[in-house]
Amino acid sequence: MNTEAPGRGRTPPEGGPGGDGAVAVGSVGLGAKVPRPRRSTASLLAERALEVAIRASGVSAIVFVLAIFFFIFREAAPVLFSRDFSLPEFLFSTQWYPTSVSNVRYGTLALTLGTLSVTVVAIVLAIPFGLGAAIFVSEFCGPRLKETLKIVIELLAAIPSVVWGFIGLTVMSKLTISLTGAPVGVNLLNGGLILGLMSVPIIVSIGEDALKAVPDSYREASLAMGATRWQTVYRVLIPAARNGLLAAALLGVGRAVGETIAVLMATGHAVHVPHSLLDSVRTLTANIAAELGEAPAGSDHYRVLFLTGTLLFVITFVVNFTADLAIRGVRRR
Amino acid sequence: MSLDPAAARFTRTANVARKERAESLARAIFMLMSVAMIIPLVAIVTYLLVRAAPSLSWEFLVDVPRKGMREGGIWPAFVGTLNLVGLSLAVSAPIGVLAAIYLHEYAKDNWFNRVINLAVINLAGVPSIVHALFGLGAFVYAAKFGYSVLAASLTLAIMTLPVIIASTREALASVPMAFRAACWNVGASRWQTIRGVVLPNSISGILTGVILQVSRAAGETAPIMFTGAVFYKAVKRGDLFPFGLNDQCMALSMHLYTVSTQVPNVRESIPYATAIVLLGSVLMVNATAIALRVWLRHRKRW
Repeated sequence: MNTEAPGRGRTPPEGGPGGDGAVAVGSVGLGAKVPRPRRSTASLLAERALEVAIRASGVSAIVFVLAIFFFIFREAAPVLFSRDFSLPEFLFSTQWYPTSVSNVRYGTLALTLGTLSVTVVAIVLAIPFGLGAAIFVSEFCGPRLKETLKIVIELLAAIPSVVWGFIGLTVMSKLTISLTGAPVGVNLLNGGLILGLMSVPIIVSIGEDALKAVPDSYREASLAMGATRWQTVYRVLIPAARNGLLAAALLGVGRAVGETIAVLMATGHAVHVPHSLLDSVRTLTANIAAELGEAPAGSDHYRVLFLTGTLLFVITFVVNFTADLAIRGVRRR
Repeated sequence: MSLDPAAARFTRTANVARKERAESLARAIFMLMSVAMIIPLVAIVTYLLVRAAPSLSWEFLVDVPRKGMREGGIWPAFVGTLNLVGLSLAVSAPIGVLAAIYLHEYAKDNWFNRVINLAVINLAGVPSIVHALFGLGAFVYAAKFGYSVLAASLTLAIMTLPVIIASTREALASVPMAFRAACWNVGASRWQTIRGVVLPNSISGILTGVILQVSRAAGETAPIMFTGAVFYKAVKRGDLFPFGLNDQCMALSMHLYTVSTQVPNVRESIPYATAIVLLGSVLMVNATAIALRVWLRHRKRW
């Protein structure tokens, strides 16, 4: 089946009967002159209008991304010139006292480290399991089981983040307390676990795509040499699908960094640099969700939260861009 | 060696045995990893169901919250989610489908369209809270919609746009190129081909994408939190359209967040039951999409 995109390949002839530059085609059949059918002006105009709408919608994605950056940065920008704010402090100070009267501090380092630590915990759990499951689904199981597992993965990916957060708050928090003896159940470990479970489906589905993209001839060649499937996987498929697997991991990271409500509910709420797995932390995203409601519009606090949003936007942009480059690398080969 | 060389070639040597052991070990480990993904899901859903059981009833769905949300049902939140999702769908479905048609049927492989692709990927990866900030800055303040159903739905629509674009593209890509070529060759223009051949052959796939958008929009909390959803709003029981475009509204996801973190002394089974209703609706919608896809593949003739 040819699934090449039409835009890339052959194009329809310009100015066919659909177009308006009609040229008489001569006789059809036994000498009977059939007048060339022409479309009404209204229908041609409607078609033109629709094509304009289609092009506009195509461009809309760019417009939206630029608009997101513009509107967030527009709200954030004035604070850059505020007396109480300094950019080095924003990036490198761990002191976050946005509502203090005498000693206002907008340092997000503790929050950044919170995001980083939760993401690391999530990824350390999710990458082996995600890629392992991707390998199993793609290489080791039969077609029936494969379909079933893919459906389960899709359903897993569909669970709303607030439900994950609720699970973290109730089930996982009790489990964490009883298994580790931590004083509070909502902490780094809990949040990381929840985020890990949330990232696994993405890693599995992108990783499986990457493995599927390796030509079957690679597998056949390897099996013909007497290699087992496992040998084929780690000597042939993993090196061949390296970029795609990397992209899968990166998109998992992207999801973990950007997740808001689940970490808000599952990580506890302490703004400090975590020292152990059982410390409560707060992430950049959760911080915005928790404080935006209380920050009066137009205040420095409000603008700093938007600046945090800009920072998040930039981080996820870089992660997604890198993942896209990695996937594109796979396609080109 | 007294062994017959022809037989020796296929003997189970120590090397082969080791290789086979490694094979079955790897297989077992990968299978365990896949199972490890499923077990928590089943266990958690079962646990939620058990805890929710005392509150789960038709009454819970159609009743309004009572006594400061400590008793009663979830009707306003449920209907609020329906309104938000419906409105966001009305905005994002046409734009998303048309954008996908552009990207798959019109766009040539040049730098501009690569930028569009990158924008779509990036739009999908922007954190939900950043979408919330955008909605707040653009729709609530700049466009002066205020905290409203309208602002929240538009935020949701932009957030879920990539879902529709991605699955519509996939649906369009599954129509064989030969179909288009045949249509062009009888003289149809590009749009006539799309309307007459491409869309009829991919409509179910597009529908799947739209359904997935519904499930995604229904589950999101962060983007509506600051653009239009509130903790509580009085609504008459059974009212299907209680919120105007400029009103604030309740939403199921927001309600779950509220009753599980903000309200003290809620009857214990209520948050669980809310979670089950939300999870159940989202999974049901997704299951519909999956069923549609399976049926479609079954029916496909080329």
